[in-house]
Amino acid sequence: MDTLNILLMGFISIVIVNNLVLTKFLGICPYLGVSGRIDMAFGMGMAVTFVVTLSGTLTWLIDHLILMPMGLEVTRYVCFILVIAGAVQLVEMYLRKFFPTLYESFGIFLPLITTNCAILGLCLFINLWGIDNLLEAVVLSFGAGIGFTMAICIMAGIRENLNLADVPECLKGAPITLITAGLLTLGFMGFAGMIR
Amino acid sequence: MANEADTAGRYKQTLLAGLWRENPVFRLLLGMCPTLAVTAALKPALTMGLCVIFVMLCSNIVVSLMRNLLKPHLRILMFTLTIATFVTIADLFLKAFQPRMSEILGPYVPLIIVNCIIICRAEACASKNALSLSIIDALGMGVGFTLTLCVLAGIREILSTGAIWEVAILPAGFVPWAAMRMPVGAFITLGLLLGLVNAASKKKT
Repeated sequence: MDTLNILLMGFISIVIVNNLVLTKFLGICPYLGVSGRIDMAFGMGMAVTFVVTLSGTLTWLIDHLILMPMGLEVTRYVCFILVIAGAVQLVEMYLRKFFPTLYESFGIFLPLITTNCAILGLCLFINLWGIDNLLEAVVLSFGAGIGFTMAICIMAGIRENLNLADVPECLKGAPITLITAGLLTLGFMGFAGMIR
Repeated sequence: MANEADTAGRYKQTLLAGLWRENPVFRLLLGMCPTLAVTAALKPALTMGLCVIFVMLCSNIVVSLMRNLLKPHLRILMFTLTIATFVTIADLFLKAFQPRMSEILGPYVPLIIVNCIIICRAEACASKNALSLSIIDALGMGVGFTLTLCVLAGIREILSTGAIWEVAILPAGFVPWAAMRMPVGAFITLGLLLGLVNAASKKKT
């Protein structure tokens, strides 16, 4: 019961209260770049969720089973980025073989996930928060992906309507998107301090 | 002689491109995560900028030196590994000599690894050009990035605390805008700055 409670709280906290995009500024590039249409945004969110769950789990295992016992913490960043690049490659090959249509629709976004800071960021945060339980690490990574998907879908929904709005000439494109994102974070600030 | 003048002109152009015409943040919209995350005050922003200059300079040098050995399908991986190595050096250096700053910046120093600007410069410049041009390019881009960070951080620090570089400059009656320290301030200030830059560059052409 206690474990379930901790897991649930951790999940809600990373999805809403400590949302990686809106409070930690991670994954801003795809957040601004791919949020033009809601179906693309959702596809990106799903791909990120998968990769982040996989790499969050793997990096936790590598960190605790290999790097820490052997005192190789110095090479942590190099190892993490290798794991992430490998995980993305794996997902790419798997999708191309078994789900060609899905692979087509992801297109260029799949390799781009490697340089998505949300993923490396989450691996580092799991390390920073001192999560010492595999189950918790898995739940947190999955929650981070869901949080990213939620944020990017909300943004895409707003931007589809923003196309019809009368925006001043010089604010069109990226500036108005940033201002919208700012207002969105203002909304999410209401959740701050709810948990942890 | 004419050739020499040509080369010098090209160097100057590359150096200036990073500062304004191809400014990484305002024009290319690259490296947004650190731009937004570390600009709550001027000091961390400057530290971050210096780290990025160091990493970009070193990685451009290494990539430029090994550009003839790179295999096309492995190049991004090689870039990332090179960058990760130098970021580790920068991170350990900060931890040893600037522990307070290292604590404030936290995970954003290792996150330089996935900063798109550095990979972009390695790919677009260092993997195609000779050593000297790559160094100039890294300096131009790095200084452009640092200046942008400092402008943004300066605005946010003045409005959120009434001080700059932790020295109070606004009159005591100033009510600090707490929101400027929060994510909201980062997003909206950058959005408005981008709008200003757009308006300014439109007038010129």
